[in-house]
Amino acid sequence: MRRRILPGFGLSLGYALTYLGLIVLLPLVALAWKASGIGVGGMLHLLSSPRTLAALKLSFGGAILAAIINVCFGLLVAWVLVRYRFPGRRLFDALVDLPFALPTAVAGIALTALYAPNGWLGHWLKHYGIQIAYAPPGVILAMVFVGFPFVVRTLQPVLESLDRDVEEAAESLGASHAQTFFRVILPMLVPTLLTGFALALARAVGEYGSVIFIAGNIPMRSEIAPLLIVEKLEEFDYAGAAALGTVMLIASFALLILIAVLQRWSGRWAEQLQ
Amino acid sequence: MNRPRRRPHWSRRIGHVLLVLAATAFLTIFLALPLAVVFVEAFRQGLRAYLSAIGQHEALMAIRLTLLVAAISVPLNVVFGVAAAWAMARFEFRGKALLGAFIDLPFSVSPVISGLVYVLLFGAQGWFGRWLELHDVKIIFAIPGLVLATIFITLPFVARELIPLMQSQGSDEEEAARVLGAGGWQMFFRVTLPNIRWALLYGVLLCNARAMGEFGAVSVVSGHIRGLTTTMPLEVEMLYNEYNYVGAFAVATLLALLALATLSIKALLEWRYGDEIAAHAPGGH
Repeated sequence: MRRRILPGFGLSLGYALTYLGLIVLLPLVALAWKASGIGVGGMLHLLSSPRTLAALKLSFGGAILAAIINVCFGLLVAWVLVRYRFPGRRLFDALVDLPFALPTAVAGIALTALYAPNGWLGHWLKHYGIQIAYAPPGVILAMVFVGFPFVVRTLQPVLESLDRDVEEAAESLGASHAQTFFRVILPMLVPTLLTGFALALARAVGEYGSVIFIAGNIPMRSEIAPLLIVEKLEEFDYAGAAALGTVMLIASFALLILIAVLQRWSGRWAEQLQ
Repeated sequence: MNRPRRRPHWSRRIGHVLLVLAATAFLTIFLALPLAVVFVEAFRQGLRAYLSAIGQHEALMAIRLTLLVAAISVPLNVVFGVAAAWAMARFEFRGKALLGAFIDLPFSVSPVISGLVYVLLFGAQGWFGRWLELHDVKIIFAIPGLVLATIFITLPFVARELIPLMQSQGSDEEEAARVLGAGGWQMFFRVTLPNIRWALLYGVLLCNARAMGEFGAVSVVSGHIRGLTTTMPLEVEMLYNEYNYVGAFAVATLLALLALATLSIKALLEWRYGDEIAAHAPGGH
């Protein structure tokens, strides 16, 4: 009924659909089409090559590890930013968004300058036999960098809305601070932590710019899947690039659905807590 | 059993201080230090070397190209964002949730894939490659490809800011304007636009930062032709790979300043107009 009062439904929806169709959907269809060109056999052959397997393993394994690290440090940082007042808190809070705003190529060369064997921190770590840049740990470090804000920004509003009565009740019943945190607060944060984990994971799996500088890109060792796609393109192996791209895309879709489910769960959970 | 066990005050204090120290140390080493290293490395050989690196012809061309690409792609995504938000926040239709998911899609796709799809469409072996070659139109390894890849990557920003805000604002004011006889565009410019202006600015800010800083997607379609198809992030990469570290970090400082300016304006908008920007879905940027 109300629909008729407001104008522009056809125009706005038509424009949005056309634009989205041309910019996003048509190109993705082209990707799937090109990938299907090499057939199931070709796809399996490509995916079973040791180099592709190693790259996929690093991209997904590294991203999972980076997301786990981000959940731990993200929880610490979000907790401190929400619960404590200290000098410079607002500045540190603003700093959390830096990986969102800093172009990935800049992050990539900056991290490399820090962690390369002759870098600011790298030459010091070398004394202890720790190599970060030009090895898998460098890949994971860059993935932690780009994924970090997702966990903090997902946790902050939930931590702010936590009901303090529950904590006070636990403490008045004799629980220690550690017990209160691990037995009372942490279980309430599980859905939010999982959402942050999935968001950080989704970002890290496809990350390219900040990783390729620090990775060293040694095939079979520190070469990520997106870089392998670029290399296939440079060799004019369009079908191979499309096939690998499709695999990554399907993984992204799966993560997107998972995130939607987790966000719904965490939203319901937050309502119950209040 | 229920004996209240109060810890001494000082132990709790020390616990807080240790947590704050751990968190700030992490943020400093992990986030502030990479930012600092960009500026230190850029000025390693002094101000003159820095200025001469920025003044290089290729660097200036890269700056110009970056501004051009952003100047085309950001306005296009603003129009799309407003149209999509109007349709999604003001009307009910089938497949609305699906449309929302598709708008978010570019955020969850690897930047490399965002570039790859256009190579498959317009590249030499792509769907339209033959036709484009016959008509002497260049998209891949040329500016149109850079613009398309940038539009793809930054498509969700404006729509994502506007949709939740317009949904929460409701349509009462717009309906009142219509009932009082306002035309469609009159209602849009007098009622809708003023209501969403700060959220729109917020979306434009984030969209622009990403458009100017995008690396992966444009890297795939650029072809790295010096002075012609290298945007600033690509110029950073090329200088770095040539071991011209002062040059690479000098151009990088400009991008870092863009990031700092974006974060400052973002913080200012959130502080001053937080209510008019509405609650943000976490992890959206």
